Amino acid sequence: MSTIAANKRGFGSALWDYITTVDHKKIAILYLVAGGFFFLLGGLEALAIRWQLIQPMNDFVSAGFYNELITMHGTTMIFLAAMPLIFAFMNAVVPLQIGARDVAFPFLNSLGFWLFFFGGIMLNVGWFTGGAADAGWTAYAPLSTTSAGEGVDYYVLGLQISGAGTLIAGINFLVTIVNMRAPGMTYMRMPLFTWTTFVVSALILFAFPALTVGLFLMMFDRLFGAGFFNADMGGNSVIWQHLFWIFGHPEVYILILPAFGIFSEIISTFSKKRLFGYTAMVFATVLIGFLGFMVWAHHMFTVGMGPAANAIFAVATMAIAVPTGIKIFNWLFTLWGGNIKLTTAMLWTLAFIPTFTLGGMTGVMLAAATADYQYHDSYFVVAHFHYVIVGGVVFGLFAGLHYWWPKMFGTMLNEKLGKLTFWLFFIGFHLTFFIQHFLGLMGMPRRYWVYLEDQNLDLGNFISTIGALMMGLGTIVLLYNIVLTCIKGEKVGGDPWDGRTLEWAISSPAPFYNFKQTPLIRGLDALWVEKSEGRKGLTPAEPLGDIHMPNGSILPIIMSFGFFVAGFGFIYQKYDLSWLTLIFIGMGISLATMLIRSVKDDLGFHIHKEDLDKEAGE
Amino acid sequence: MSDQDILNPKHMPHNPEKATLEGKNKFIGFWFFLGGETVLFASLFGTYLALRNSVNDGKSSEELFGLGLVFIMTMLLLTSSLTSVYAMYHMKNNDFKKMQLWLGITVALGLGFLACEIYEFYHYIHGYHFTMRSSAFGSAFYTLVGFHGGHVVFGLLWIVSLMIRNAKRGLNLYNAPKYYIASLYWHFIDVVWVFIFTVVYLMGVL
Amino acid sequence: MKDWMGKIRTLSLFILMTIVLSACGRENLTALVPKGYGAEESFRIIIISILVMIFVFIVVMAIYVYVLIRYRQKKGQENMIPKQTEGNHTLEVIWTVIPILLLIIIAVPTVATTYDLADESEKEDSINVSVTGMQFWWHFEYEDEGIQTSQDLYIPTGEKVYVNMLSSDVLHSFWVPSLSGKMDVNPENENSMYIEAYEEGVYWGKCAEFCGDSHSLMDFKIVAVSPEEYEEWVSDMQNLDGETTPDTTTAQEGQELFENSCLGCHAVGNTPSVGPNLSNFGDRTMIAGVLEYNKEELVEWILDPASKKPGNGMLGADYLQDDTIGEDEADKIAEYLMQLKPSDITPDSAQ
Repeated sequence: MSTIAANKRGFGSALWDYITTVDHKKIAILYLVAGGFFFLLGGLEALAIRWQLIQPMNDFVSAGFYNELITMHGTTMIFLAAMPLIFAFMNAVVPLQIGARDVAFPFLNSLGFWLFFFGGIMLNVGWFTGGAADAGWTAYAPLSTTSAGEGVDYYVLGLQISGAGTLIAGINFLVTIVNMRAPGMTYMRMPLFTWTTFVVSALILFAFPALTVGLFLMMFDRLFGAGFFNADMGGNSVIWQHLFWIFGHPEVYILILPAFGIFSEIISTFSKKRLFGYTAMVFATVLIGFLGFMVWAHHMFTVGMGPAANAIFAVATMAIAVPTGIKIFNWLFTLWGGNIKLTTAMLWTLAFIPTFTLGGMTGVMLAAATADYQYHDSYFVVAHFHYVIVGGVVFGLFAGLHYWWPKMFGTMLNEKLGKLTFWLFFIGFHLTFFIQHFLGLMGMPRRYWVYLEDQNLDLGNFISTIGALMMGLGTIVLLYNIVLTCIKGEKVGGDPWDGRTLEWAISSPAPFYNFKQTPLIRGLDALWVEKSEGRKGLTPAEPLGDIHMPNGSILPIIMSFGFFVAGFGFIYQKYDLSWLTLIFIGMGISLATMLIRSVKDDLGFHIHKEDLDKEAGE
Repeated sequence: MSDQDILNPKHMPHNPEKATLEGKNKFIGFWFFLGGETVLFASLFGTYLALRNSVNDGKSSEELFGLGLVFIMTMLLLTSSLTSVYAMYHMKNNDFKKMQLWLGITVALGLGFLACEIYEFYHYIHGYHFTMRSSAFGSAFYTLVGFHGGHVVFGLLWIVSLMIRNAKRGLNLYNAPKYYIASLYWHFIDVVWVFIFTVVYLMGVL
Repeated sequence: MKDWMGKIRTLSLFILMTIVLSACGRENLTALVPKGYGAEESFRIIIISILVMIFVFIVVMAIYVYVLIRYRQKKGQENMIPKQTEGNHTLEVIWTVIPILLLIIIAVPTVATTYDLADESEKEDSINVSVTGMQFWWHFEYEDEGIQTSQDLYIPTGEKVYVNMLSSDVLHSFWVPSLSGKMDVNPENENSMYIEAYEEGVYWGKCAEFCGDSHSLMDFKIVAVSPEEYEEWVSDMQNLDGETTPDTTTAQEGQELFENSCLGCHAVGNTPSVGPNLSNFGDRTMIAGVLEYNKEELVEWILDPASKKPGNGMLGADYLQDDTIGEDEADKIAEYLMQLKPSDITPDSAQ
């Protein structure tokens, strides 16, 4: 209904609608589109990297450009593709799954998106000003603090801005889940995806500030002559590594846990069974989140921390395998005795189990510190983290895309094309990355622009590149599928998968107020409970009444734009202090919008009962 | 609850900051935010502790710090935390005038603190030529203490704009949560200062 | 007939061996064929952990395959509602406890080797080498012997050699996969580890920490020779005289050119230098760590170092700016450098 209206209204007003929206479902679409764009960008960078490595001593790209490619591939995929795509599903689904009308802070939700968006643009501006960041996505000092040009400055400020957006989104989901659950939706009745969102939001809250500080220190070193990481001034470059990984390791779980949530929903739906060991699953999620903060230094076994620290962090890291194993077995036993239907979403999910098990296996192997002395910074590590991040997160995002597409858009992605994408991508993925375990052990360090001839590394790299091309092909089919589905526009009902959780109880796409009457929750898999008792929908928890809705606002995009402008001022003042004006202009814009937001009352509006009745009558 | 009930409530509940869903959300959301802020300052403290002896032949903390001024600053900020508690006490009793008065005193004390800090930095830079670029210790010192100072500035701007905005219309269920979280922020700033006083100044001269 | 069978058997064995060996990578580079103490210890942990993990993988896959075959939706069963099981405590305890036991199997030897490989009790009585990592080459200084050398590190077999590493610019990492795992080279604090080669050989070393444009071209070699040969090499190197006049006139002219244009950064003799020490350049395994060792490559390298190793320190050299060295001059310098062979112990001795 709303999409048709949007078509009629014309492009201009639809655009205005989206840049001022505070509706979590529209923000989800914004995240999906922006994250999807950056995913394609990062994918192209990956293909360029693999093409350079197709044969020894290749000269497809220069050394400097190659370093920019690897840096931007990693940064883009983690911060600008995986994170926002996860937020897309969190926004689209979590409020529906807990029976809420919106998130706790709709305005901040919009602000979070626009900060991410402008941060992402900022990161990529470097390409056009003489070179993007080239110090690796980990930006280890002093390479990053001494890197010439403005590439790393764009990295620092872009991540700072988008990181603020992420932090805001994290707090928003925490409060939403704590305060806005429908009556009867106790913590232990929340769907697993909501649970993982909850845990992940807590991880974001406690992990991102460490990155914020690290980025500030790097900014002060690069732009204002501070000496945190400068050995000549008594600084210590290892501090950056600690701060980065205190953030960076939880970040890995920030990415993977929501994917676990997505898989849990899909496995349960398509085997028509309640999740096996729900309590253990919740407990394992919380435990993984907690342990995620205790193990950051396993990224630094070769830094020279000494045997005691290495041993402690090695054992702590291995411990994470236990809750992860619990999850794998619980999924397997959810399938056990089920009625397994092989939809595209389910295919991605089923492919995830062995793939992620392999990634987990190499994870434990990497945790063994003395073995890590060989794996560290070699292609073995590259293989490992692609097995967990592609095999876990990206598979999860693709699964979620096919699963929740009907709920987000009211149409259905083509299943045949979906399966074609799956097979191309799945086979391509294993071709690309399995062989890299061996390349690493055969002596190929990561981030190598070229490798010499006569090192027995040629065949493995060639196979790897072929696999990458297949993954690219699979992605093209997916794009075609999306375009086709949008053109066709065939509508589906509210519950195309015979779903179990609340979001399937309302129409697709969901009405902008979500639930006309807040539902009463009577158990885990709330909709399934009602269905199994022969009812069609949920029992309302309140009589039909006026619905309070938040107003849209243009302020978030302006506020984010202000920070974006100020970012340029911070960077270019290192050449010429007159650029400081730009900082004042940018920060002025942002602070002024904050002040407006603060002094202007915004009480939202009400949808009246009578209008709701009328709509139901239509 | 209609808009009128929120802006002109017939009677104020005992906890006006948590009377609406928006208020409750703000309340708990802000506590979460402070959790994040804690990690932020913990990271800064960690960095400072790692670098506090990296003076690079420049001035060390023993040569720079004097406890007199810092003691005055600590007293100013601790007192301002207490006065903001009074302000919140009066908010709960729905006594808007007194609340504004105590908040005004809080702001005055905060400004006093800020003046001392600016003087302190000025003194180090011009008296001792000790800047952010002097050594890794200098970088860490100015960043940690400066971040706290920045929080003080932001807190003051926040409280002042709240006081001005609501001066005429008094207390209601819409602005009570705003006042409340501003005062939470102010307490947090105070707590951080206690740690700065201990870790930076006390440990620096001992 | 029997003979024919035997040949087939030998042949197939040979083919199998080649496949296995090539799957392990280049000998003297791969970590999969350990030739030294550290690499062997790491390899042991790798094998233990991979065996445990393969066991886990087999269990998971067995259940997985069974479940997929057995419980896949069959025709006419689209609406079958399976039993909604909540969980099973016994099973949950099993798959919590068994992984913990398996992890202990990996954890115990890991902790033991971690301490073993960090052992410094014999450091004072061993050979100590100060290693400096720079964009994009390695410098070695034998602390007690007073020898300076670059790119090729000579060590005796069967002895612990402590490398004490410090960077003079960004982070690097010292990695000789077939001898030992890696250790980072930091600018602010010295890291130390030991290497011990079991067999003679020339082992390939790599920089494993991202360090800029030519990170992938920052190779070095470890030349492991017998203890007697090592002693001989040490005394030859200690007695070398950097100002010896070469035999041929071309080389003599080259020496003069070298002293005018190159000696500002490089050194011949046991003196510190900004650029690589070239005392035994005639015995190098490779030019600049990565180029084949011959005169044409060397001349090209001298004339155009940027295309061979982007961003390297030689790009700032005066001779490249004022164009004082042409092909002829480079040829003479190459002639001079390639005859710098102070010792009979060379990489060829490492057999």
